[in-house]
Amino acid sequence: MGDHSRQLIKDLEEKTRLFRREILEMTFKAGSGHPGGSLSAVDIITVLYYHQMRVDPKNPKWADRDRFVLSKGHVCPALYAILAEIGFFPKEALWTLRRPESILQGHPDMRLTPGVEMSTGSLGQGLSVACGMALAARLDEKDYAVYCMLGDGEVQEGNVWEGAMFASHERLDNLIAILDRNRLQIEGFTDDVMTLDPLEDKWKAFGWTVLELEDGNDIKQILTVLDKAVERQGKPKIIIANTIKGKGVSFMENRAEYHGRALSPDEMKRARQELEIPGFKVD
Amino acid sequence: MNQTKAKAAARDAYGRTLVELGRKHRDIVVLGADLSSSTRINWFAEEFPERFFECGIAEENLITIAAGLATCGKMPFASTFAVFGTERAYNQIRQAIAYPNLNVRLVCTHSGVTVGPDGASHQTTFDIAIMRVLPNMTIIVPADAPETAVAVKSMIEHNGPIYMRLGRTSVRTFYDDDYSYNGVKQRFEIGKSVELRSGSDLTIICNGVMVAEAMDAAETLYSEGIDTRVINMHTVKPIDEEAIIKAAVETGAIVTAEEHSIIGGLGGAVAEVLARKNPVPVEMIGIQDMFTQSGEADELLKLYGLTSNEIASAARRAVKRI
Repeated sequence: MGDHSRQLIKDLEEKTRLFRREILEMTFKAGSGHPGGSLSAVDIITVLYYHQMRVDPKNPKWADRDRFVLSKGHVCPALYAILAEIGFFPKEALWTLRRPESILQGHPDMRLTPGVEMSTGSLGQGLSVACGMALAARLDEKDYAVYCMLGDGEVQEGNVWEGAMFASHERLDNLIAILDRNRLQIEGFTDDVMTLDPLEDKWKAFGWTVLELEDGNDIKQILTVLDKAVERQGKPKIIIANTIKGKGVSFMENRAEYHGRALSPDEMKRARQELEIPGFKVD
Repeated sequence: MNQTKAKAAARDAYGRTLVELGRKHRDIVVLGADLSSSTRINWFAEEFPERFFECGIAEENLITIAAGLATCGKMPFASTFAVFGTERAYNQIRQAIAYPNLNVRLVCTHSGVTVGPDGASHQTTFDIAIMRVLPNMTIIVPADAPETAVAVKSMIEHNGPIYMRLGRTSVRTFYDDDYSYNGVKQRFEIGKSVELRSGSDLTIICNGVMVAEAMDAAETLYSEGIDTRVINMHTVKPIDEEAIIKAAVETGAIVTAEEHSIIGGLGGAVAEVLARKNPVPVEMIGIQDMFTQSGEADELLKLYGLTSNEIASAARRAVKRI
């Protein structure tokens, strides 16, 4: 615990570079999608699937697996890239994103995509769904953990706070929420649209243990905070992860306009230069 | 013939049946939203406290927690008043239950106008309409307490989400306790309607509290020489198309009767089938396109024309149009 090898960190960083490129390529090919938030969230989801969670790509419905609910469902390109790379489904599927008959819908569909735990996309619902999963673990006397990623704009939805109240009322300490605090939503800065701060105080007031992640795009820091988050102390935990929307592509960083559109051909060209990967091919 | 039986509340039958099922099926979990005693799920909570979850006055939470439990193989029964259980959490029902086709049973009480004096804020007269357009959703509206009990039992084997609509008040019990009618044991099957009375001149298709009214109307009509068939359409979705078409072909006219808006409910569902398959004159008894008022249940049924007299009048109009 807490002692993560340089090799592990380097390997995960390499993976996230690949996933960044794939996120941009698949949304570019689809002609639409949400690359900005996918790039802010991808490092955390990578660490979850490669290091933190107990999952089996050969047996996606394994009863003892840890669960991940992507409540901010629009950043599913990040999740899809990771699930494909670890073998939940063939990589070719990535290039069918958002097409009719694809197993990869514009927002997550648990019935179509192996490894997707919940159909999301309508914001605000995933935390309560994750509460339900955490309750089921208690009922079945299983020790799996439930992870739930929320967007920061997403917590403007009332359903989030209903779930937050419930989780602490039921003392769901097998529940770990991660808030992707990239400070941007469709219309601009979250604090211009709707003031969210003091976020930490809000979650504390709802009875949660709050863990701050200074840089939610830093693999080492993510590994460290997750080590702390798994300790079960009778309360649900939330990691407030400060991230950068569009992280990893210079002209996309901290720009709301890349929330919900694919790159243009010119932009894609520049992004490929920044995320050059020898031998990378689409198809 | 139609006997006068004791009055009983469907919600009592629901609460009792849930406890019975809970003893046999460990995967049943029950969720409430601060209306557990009103909906009678408190009886389950008393016997199985570890399988009962209070979600607070938070219907969106109620639905989404139920969804999460269902993804892990549980069979959640979520109960509150119909107006809140459907309308306050509609997008959650759509996104988290209907779309992923999860085994959540949303059993709501205090539906329709018979909730009574609480008035329009608590009277739901279009819940069926909004639930009916959801793909994967099954909708059941039992006629009385005994039918509620068999309907709840039938949910165990069913795959996919179910909305069941119950009333608040005690209503005339129509079936015997063992779900017999006129000494004949009935079989409850989701999606399969029950012909309660044969007839060749007209068919009344009804459900919920209107079944008893329809049977009274049929008796009156018979005495006037209109031989009336009565079908209890306890499942509004999937609707029993075969029985509707057969009734249209054999009797030539249809009256629908329900404690719900004439837009989008049972009447709408029947009309959709007939328009596509076998158009015949249709008259609809139900709530007009309006918000309803406070009053006692019986007063309101009269005020909004949900009576055997109104059904009989509609039947006479329908027969004239043939």
